[in-house]
Amino acid sequence: MRRRPATFRKFLNTFVVGVSGFSALVGLFFLGWILLEVVLKGASALSIGFFTKLPAPPGVPGGGLANAIVGTILMTALAVLIGVPLGILGGVYLSEFGEDSKIASTIRFASNVLMGTPSIIVGVFIYAIMVYPIGHFSGYAGAVSLAVIMLPVVVRTTEDMLRMVPNALRESALALGAPRWKVTFQVVFRGAKSGLLTGVLLAIARVSGETAPLLFTALNSPFWMKSLFGPTANLTVTIFNYAMSPYKDWQRQAWGASLLIMAGVLSVTIISRLYLRGRNKR
Amino acid sequence: MALTQTSPPSLPGAPSGVPGFPPSSPPESPRGRGDTLFRWVTVASAVLVPLLILGLFISLTDLSMPSIRHFGLRFVVSNAWNPVKHDFGALSSIYGTLVSTLIAMVIAMPLGLAIAFFLVELIPPGFGRIIGGAIELLAAIPSIIFGMWGLFVFAPYMADHVQPFLARIGGNLPLFQGPPMGIGMLTAGVILALMILPFITSVTSDVFRMVPVQLKESAYGMGSTTFEVARKVTLRYGFDGIVGAGFLGLGRALGETMAVTFVIGNSHKISASLFTGANTIASTLANEFTEASDPLYLSSLVELGLILLFITVFVEILSRLWLGRMKKKSGRRV
Amino acid sequence: MNTAKIRPLFKHEEGRGSGATFESRSMDSQPRKNITLRKAKARNSETSPKISIRNLNFYYGDFHALVDNTLDIFENRVTAIIGPSGCGKSTHIRVYNRIYELYREQRATGEVFLDGENILSPSYDVIELRRRVGMIFQKPTPFPMSIEDNVTYGLKMHYKLTRSRMMERVEWALNQAALWDEVKDELDKPATALSGGQQQRLCIARAIAVEPEILLMDEPTSAIDPIATAKIEDLVVNLKDRFTIVIVTHNMQQAARVSDYTAFFYQGVIVEVGETERIFTKPEKEQTEAYITGRFG
Repeated sequence: MRRRPATFRKFLNTFVVGVSGFSALVGLFFLGWILLEVVLKGASALSIGFFTKLPAPPGVPGGGLANAIVGTILMTALAVLIGVPLGILGGVYLSEFGEDSKIASTIRFASNVLMGTPSIIVGVFIYAIMVYPIGHFSGYAGAVSLAVIMLPVVVRTTEDMLRMVPNALRESALALGAPRWKVTFQVVFRGAKSGLLTGVLLAIARVSGETAPLLFTALNSPFWMKSLFGPTANLTVTIFNYAMSPYKDWQRQAWGASLLIMAGVLSVTIISRLYLRGRNKR
Repeated sequence: MALTQTSPPSLPGAPSGVPGFPPSSPPESPRGRGDTLFRWVTVASAVLVPLLILGLFISLTDLSMPSIRHFGLRFVVSNAWNPVKHDFGALSSIYGTLVSTLIAMVIAMPLGLAIAFFLVELIPPGFGRIIGGAIELLAAIPSIIFGMWGLFVFAPYMADHVQPFLARIGGNLPLFQGPPMGIGMLTAGVILALMILPFITSVTSDVFRMVPVQLKESAYGMGSTTFEVARKVTLRYGFDGIVGAGFLGLGRALGETMAVTFVIGNSHKISASLFTGANTIASTLANEFTEASDPLYLSSLVELGLILLFITVFVEILSRLWLGRMKKKSGRRV
Repeated sequence: MNTAKIRPLFKHEEGRGSGATFESRSMDSQPRKNITLRKAKARNSETSPKISIRNLNFYYGDFHALVDNTLDIFENRVTAIIGPSGCGKSTHIRVYNRIYELYREQRATGEVFLDGENILSPSYDVIELRRRVGMIFQKPTPFPMSIEDNVTYGLKMHYKLTRSRMMERVEWALNQAALWDEVKDELDKPATALSGGQQQRLCIARAIAVEPEILLMDEPTSAIDPIATAKIEDLVVNLKDRFTIVIVTHNMQQAARVSDYTAFFYQGVIVEVGETERIFTKPEKEQTEAYITGRFG
């Protein structure tokens, strides 16, 4: 038999190894590039006024985004208040009652579909049910759209985390004569506490950077909100509006807002990931 | 049962029976009622999810009825987009959605595969997880940040360096015609690729890690190089999972909104060149929804959204079916 | 089917390392007269072992798994490696094709001479080594491809062959592995569809298709049923005309049935090595006797 020299195979291997290492560098390079630009361009826009003042009129330098910061925090908080309890209860159903029943697998499938639905479609949906019938944009509509985006994420992570709690724990608590709801809240939740917490944190991180669903629900506003019944200022839509504007000062503030959002989202994400990883190791 | 065996018989609550026998069940009613309520509350919350999906379809269909009635099927094949003349068609948006996604997939799939190969097969696992975690951070960066960076940093870079270069080497290809403006289909596709890269990388890495060591060892034992093991054994073994990763990326890219809206140029023309402005369903919605004063205009936009909803749900169903198939298969394998 | 390659004569110097002393510890009882009973090829093995292991030490991180292993493997013979689980049997043969190198924390020191060349030296080409030294694993490891592609996998890598020559080799290898008659009509079926015993024989066919000189078998029958095990044991005996075989087994009957030499490992040390018949009838070391009579392990 004629031997095939391994020279070419070895060369090809070295080549592919090189290409794949380069690919990883490309990925890291873009991550670094984006982070660096946002930090450099954003830092110059941040000042005390940025956090305390209202937006200045177009073309007038100065001003800040105090109202948008408050608006984003309020809407996200409201979304958490709506989305997290519902999501956790839904997850409890899947893990404690539904298990492998047909209805549970339908719900699981629906959660996946809802997670895969573009957030802008959720925006259109909330517009259709909360803005169009009422006749005006509102912060409540914005919060509900964020809650809808959160819901399937919380449902699935809750289920995953509760399922990791060993059955023996449930059984021994039930054997003591405790009712199911008490067992779930007092025993199962305690066992899954840190997992649930990180799941919720990750869901918050995800929605607090969302823009698309707020475009047609909360809209935006240059003023302090009197209540969440009207259009509500928020950071992400402000970034969009300011970036598209011709005013240099607004664009600068858009970078400042970008830095704020990115720092918030990334720090929550990284902290909860590290926490989850540390816990899994133990 | 453990309780009955170890506790003294006088303990309150312990059933009076022969020690070692299971306790007779305590009175059902109070605890039963609480549990029934609890169960129903959880069911109600869980059922909310499919109801929301149903609501999505119903409300979007309802709101797009005027447009559906007015244009019929013509809406999908028409390229018109004229708010003044009340004439709307979805073709350019659908085209832009598909082409930008295609560009993203063409870039992100090989890149993701190569990175996963590097992370899993070439560097120590601990190191691999750190780099993998960093690349996954790309997924945590909000879409609007990609938009800012794309519009103010990356698009000018594309215009100054990448596009002139492509035009030079691409020569007469219709893909690379026209002035290098930076903003347009190509830039949008590249940014989409960056956004779906972390999903593809992480799923593919998991797939690579699932390949049994014995299989890899026996391929190495035949005298294969690392690349040959990956190409001939790992890729084949994990083919289903890698296709699943592709579906995941596809679903993300189709509906991605803000980053694309910033850089795609928002033009309702269909052009063969990737340098010219274009639009996607999501970017059209983001740009025009709040301006749509006229009911037919608004209704046409909602119908665009409905089309996008159908496309993404379709992709989602396909990918779940595929992954389900894979799970069944690997179940048999183990 | 001997390879045309001219093999270097055994040129391993007497004084290299402290091999000689350790050899005397484990090998001096080698009964040469028995070997001469065997014909033709035996003469070769009498003078030059195919593989000579000298002072092999192996580490998993800090754990010292093999201690000063010194052993000779003779050509066209079956050498069985026995011992209680965790004693380093598999670890030992995983050095012969340097498969342990896939894992960063695993490390081997000492010398392993294949036809007189130290395969542990970094300059020794590992791809060529693994072509010469094939390996069969505990669990069958059919690649996720057709039966035919499994057998041609290594062939295509290492040889330039025409399609018809390739098919001849496939048939030859499958015949050698006693699998041809069972699969000749379904060569394009996925290999994973075969039964466990068939899969293991396919792996043997795949390994011998590239004509290695040595076959390492790491408990090749531990994951398959008794009937398939019997087939593979027959195969081992038949294949030794052509290959040098090293088989790791925890099954002493199996070692007794198939092997010419047996090495007994205990806690990473080669306690005793010699002709299989002698090891099983007149073990010299107490530990060997205890293991063989089933008093531990």
